[in-house]
Order: sequence, then structure tokens, then C-alpha cells
Amino acid sequence: MKILVPVKRVIDYNVRPRVKADGSGVDLANVKMSMNPFDEIAVEQAVRLKEAGQAEEIVVVSVGPAKAADTLRSAMAMGADRAVLVQTEETVEPLAVAKILKAVFEAEQPGLVILGKQAIDDDCNQTGQMLAALTGRPQGTFASKVEIAGDSVNVTREVDGGLETIALTMPAIVTADLRLNEPRYASLPNIMKAKKKPIDTKTPEDFGVDVTPRLKVLKVSEPAGRAAGVLVGSVDELVAKIKDMGVVA
Amino acid sequence: MKALVLAEHGGGALKDSTLSTITAATQLGGDVTVLVAGSGAEAQQAADAAAQVAGVARVLLADDAAYGQMLAENVAALIVPLMDSHDALLCPATSNGKNIAPRVAALLDVMQVSDVLSIEGERTFTRPIYAGNAIATVESAEAKLVLTVRGTSFAKAEAAGGSAPVEPVGGSGDAGLSRFVGCEDSASDRPELTSAGVVVSGGRALKDAETFEAIITPLADKLHAAIGASRAAVDAGYIGNDHQVGQTGKIVAPEVYIAVGISGAIQHLAGMKDSKIIIAINKDPDAPIFQVADVGLVADIFEAVPELTSKL
Ligand SMILES: Cc1cc2nc3c(=O)[nH]c(=O)nc-3n(C[C@@H](O)[C@H](O)[C@H](O)COP(=O)(O)OP(=O)(O)OC[C@H]3O[C@@H](n4cnc5c(N)ncnc54)[C@H](O)[C@@H]3O)c2cc1C
Ligand SMILES: Cc1cc2nc3c(=O)[nH]c(=O)nc-3n(C[C@H](O)[C@H](O)[C@H](O)COP(=O)(O)OP(=O)(O)OC[C@H]3O[C@@H](n4cnc5c(N)ncnc54)[C@H](O)[C@@H]3O)c2cc1C
Repeated sequence: MKILVPVKRVIDYNVRPRVKADGSGVDLANVKMSMNPFDEIAVEQAVRLKEAGQAEEIVVVSVGPAKAADTLRSAMAMGADRAVLVQTEETVEPLAVAKILKAVFEAEQPGLVILGKQAIDDDCNQTGQMLAALTGRPQGTFASKVEIAGDSVNVTREVDGGLETIALTMPAIVTADLRLNEPRYASLPNIMKAKKKPIDTKTPEDFGVDVTPRLKVLKVSEPAGRAAGVLVGSVDELVAKIKDMGVVA
Repeated sequence: MKALVLAEHGGGALKDSTLSTITAATQLGGDVTVLVAGSGAEAQQAADAAAQVAGVARVLLADDAAYGQMLAENVAALIVPLMDSHDALLCPATSNGKNIAPRVAALLDVMQVSDVLSIEGERTFTRPIYAGNAIATVESAEAKLVLTVRGTSFAKAEAAGGSAPVEPVGGSGDAGLSRFVGCEDSASDRPELTSAGVVVSGGRALKDAETFEAIITPLADKLHAAIGASRAAVDAGYIGNDHQVGQTGKIVAPEVYIAVGISGAIQHLAGMKDSKIIIAINKDPDAPIFQVADVGLVADIFEAVPELTSKL
């Protein structure tokens, strides 16, 4: 079985994003970029399935600028075998990403696609579900456990009420939540090896996908700030404050 | 603009997030239809409850075992044909809504607007990006609108006062792609985390599950509060995943949020910084949580929290 893992290059999660003064977006100039943390978890899961003998090949794919090749190399250093870079300098919305991924899905015929549940820049939480819809395949979103059993995959999902397990007929689409696993750090030899692994570069046009955005971003602004608070010196003062708020009798 | 709201329900009652989503739908300015998908008596009761909600014009009830667990494959296929006669689909940004709405959007070939915070016009919305560190105002020119709605950003519609008709709808039933296997519901008689008036949350400082329980639970009991947690606390197994507050957990905006031994990472703040009053207890005066707290106490939680609980 082949596993396809889409990975996105995003602002590093440790960086505090700054809104541009002209309201046109978030300033990404000279900001550290990394693989979306959820996608590292997706790659890790694929590598573990391969190590367990349940998958033969891992293909990673990224839709993004030339620099997204770095993200693909990181994924290959973790253990992915080869990569597809669908290169575009445009911002690509989840629907268009899903359409491109559908074309890659059809070409590669994976048994499983593992995505991140959301990208930490745009926080859309859509791409996996959209890919599942477009390919007509089942979806296991927000996964905290993935177990292959014959021609189906059991996915335990983190849902509002706790945990839920569903069984999906493969090929299936899974989106990774935080507790699925803890991604490994790539070793130096593996980073070196990844440099020699192949990246096949394509464009959205190669797949006949129009990436023109459907949504127009009118402006991007800072959220409302909070007024400065007070520090109290003792539990008694805190008790008095809480009683003032009227939350206890 | 005719709006269809996908109801989130359980135990025969509507969830508060459904009431908030109905409010958002009425702001679009047209008729509001509520779709209750489910199975058996509980679905019927939820539909009857939806019919009472002020501002609802019509309730559609899809009663089929295939919809009992809200499997996305089945529910999305139910919704798509209903969009022939509706202009907008609104789902609460709950785990069900986030699972189902994008599947519908893709089948309709439209881009979804996720996690709507406000409706600025019929086609203009605000939504958080970068863990709430920026707010984008977006306009959709799509033929059909598909929105997920952040419950804490809209008032709840009145649960009484309406008298909408309930009509049955049929769908294609089981798509045969997925099957519900089981669930571990952490049932509790505490208020629901996302709609509680008071939330007490614990972080990594709580050491282990027993200590978390011993320190946090009595305080929450005193305040009739829901219990939240940081990701670090959930990862370490102090408490279940359904208690995680943050960018990738639940979004809460209670009257009072009490953060106990939580540092205040941006991903945690993303889930609680719209709380009316934030109280933080942390031994590190430089912890970032104090930058958003209205009231802060620099103290050791193992002394301060039991003392606080006993004095309230
Ligand atoms: C300030 C700002 C301005 C923007 N302006 C515009 C604009 O003008 N027009 C516009 O169309 N969009 C705009 N966007 C949105 C665009 O940048 C987002 O990248 C896009 O909407 C994807 O959303 P997401 O990454 O949150 O997807 P999600 O659905 O959250 O991603 C889930 C998963 O899908 C996979 N995935 C997602 N994207 C890719 C990818 N590119 N390659 C490979 N795998 C992927 C990953 O596995 C990821 O974990 C803007 C965003 C911001 C923050
Ligand atoms: C992609 C991504 C998504 C994430 N999503 C979330 C999310 O949804 N929610 C979330 O919470 N996190 C999330 N995180 C994790 C987040 O970055 C932080 O790691 C996490 O919130 C830290 O939890 P904490 O504050 O409990 O732990 P720490 O940061 O370790 O803080 C513990 C605090 O306790 C204090 N303390 C210790 N002992 C005592 C004592 N005896 N008395 C008083 N104070 C004490 C310390 O001073 C410290 O400030 C995410 C991270 C990533 C990368």
C-alpha cells in the first residue's frame, strides 16, 4: 500500500504573527517558516505504518512556493520516499488544494491519505474533508489513533464529547490531531539521504486546476486587545475580587 | 437569503451552539430552516425543540439510523440536495460541524468560510487566522454560502417563542463508506465547557491526574464551573482530550476563566482570550498568562488553590 501525505509550509508555531500596518495580511517577510505541526504528525504516522510493514511507499506532496521544497525535504528526512511539489506563488485555498490533491490521488492510487487536521496559519480545517468529498472516499478527521485492519482502517477521533471510533473502507482520508503521535527528529544521516530523494515539480495547470481564489480577503486586522489587569497580593484579596464578580454567593 | 442550519443535538435537546448558529443565520436576513439529522425518538425531540426556537421558519427532520452518529459521508449526502432550495448552509463550529461542512462545500464546489466571528453583510464575514492573532474580513461571491459559526461569538436564540412546522426529509441513507464502531463519552453532570459561565482550567503544573483532580475539581465544584485544561495537561493524561482549550481544542468565552498553573502559550490563549474576566494563578510573575489576565495572583498553586477553595 502507498500512503500520500500532503504537507504545508507555514509560519513556525513559535513565531508571534504580526499584522501588516496596511491591513493587507500578516507579515511573513523574514519570518521563520516550518512544516505545519499537524503535518509532521501525519508524516510520522505514515512512517510508523511503513516501519510496521503496513505500507510500502510514502509520497509527500506540497502545494506552494519553490521554498516548499524545504518542507518536502524535511518530510523525506523523517522517512518519506519521494515528493511532488505543485509549485505556485499564489495563495491557494483549501478547495483548490483539494482539487490538486485529488489529481495526485488519482495518479498515485494510495490506500491512505493522511493530512493534518488544520494548518496553523489559516486555521481552515477543510482540506482533508474536501479531498474526501471530491474523491468520494470516507474521512476520519481529528484522528488520535489509526489502525489498519484488512481493507479497512479504524480511526479514533477526538470529538467534542470525548473519543469516537469509526471504521472506514480504504482508500480513506485521515486528518491527524495532536495526540496521534509525537513526531521524531530527523537524524543527520537521514537529512543527508533526503537530499538525494526525488522531488517531481509540477504546476496547478498540469492538473488542470484553476487556483483563482474564491474568497476575497478585504482586510486583516489585529484582534481587540485586553485592558491591563491587576496583580493581587494574597488569596484573601483574590477571594474578595471573586465575590465582587458575583460568581459565588 | 434562505439559510439552512445543521442542528447539533444530543439526548433529545439542542446544543447551545445550535442556538448561536440560528442567531447567525437570522442575521443573513432571510428565512431560517433547521435540519435535524439523527435517529429515533431523540431526533424527534430535538426537532420539536428546534420548532420552538424564535426565528425558525421550518424544521426538517431526517430520521434514519444512517444519521444517528452523524457520519460525514451520510450527512453530507443528505444536505447537498437540500441546498437546491437554500442559499446558505450554517453549521456550528463543533467537531461535527467542522467534519461535515467542508465535505458539503466541496460537493457544491464552493469555498467554505470557517469559524465565522461576525456577519458584516450578506456576504462579508470576519474569521480568526493565525490562532486568533489576526482577524480576516472575507467576502464570498460563491453561489452558495457554506459557513461554520463560532458559538461563543453569537448570542443564543431564544429557545421558546417559535412554532415552526416539522417536516420529514429523506436522504440517500447509508453511503456504505464508513461505520460507527464505538465511543468513550466522558459524560459528566458539570456544565458544558463551551457554554459554562465559569471555567476552571489546569495546566502542566498539576503534576498528574490525581493531583489535577484534587486541586481543580473542588474549586470547580464551588463555582459550578466546567473544567478545562491546557494541551500539556491533556497530553500528560491528567484529563481527557475533550477538556482541551485552545487553537486546536475548544473555544470558550465564559464570564470568568480561571487559569491554574498555565503559562499562557498563544495556542492556549486562542481558546480563551475572549473570556469576560480572566483570573490567573501562576508562580512565575513573567508567565505570559498575566498579560491577558484581569486579576493575577503570583503564588504556588498547591497552597493558593486549596486556600481559595476553602475561603469561597
Ligand atoms: C493573511 C492571509 C491572507 C490570505 N489571503 C488570501 C487570499 O487573498 N486569497 C486566498 O485564496 N486565500 C488567502 N488566504 C488563505 C490561504 O493562505 C490558505 O493557505 C488556504 O486557505 C489554506 O487553508 P489552510 O492551510 O488553513 O487549510 P487546512 O484545511 O487547515 O489544511 C489542512 C491540511 O491540508 C493540507 N494542506 C493544506 N494546504 C496545503 C498545501 N498548500 N499543500 C499541501 N498540503 C496542504 C495539510 O495536510 C494541512 O494540514 C489568506 C490567508 C491569510 C492568513
Ligand atoms: C500546533 C499546536 C497546537 C497547540 N494547541 C494547543 C491548544 O489548543 N491548547 C493548549 O493549551 N496548548 C496548545 N498547544 C501547546 C502550547 O504551545 C503549550 O505548550 C501549552 O499550552 C502549555 O501548557 P501549560 O501552560 O499547561 O504548560 P507550561 O507551558 O509548561 O506552563 C506551566 C506553568 O505552570 C507554572 N507552574 C508550575 N508549577 C507551579 C506551581 N507549583 N504553582 C504555580 N504555578 C506553577 C509555570 O510557571 C508555568 O507557567 C499547541 C501547540 C502546537 C504546536
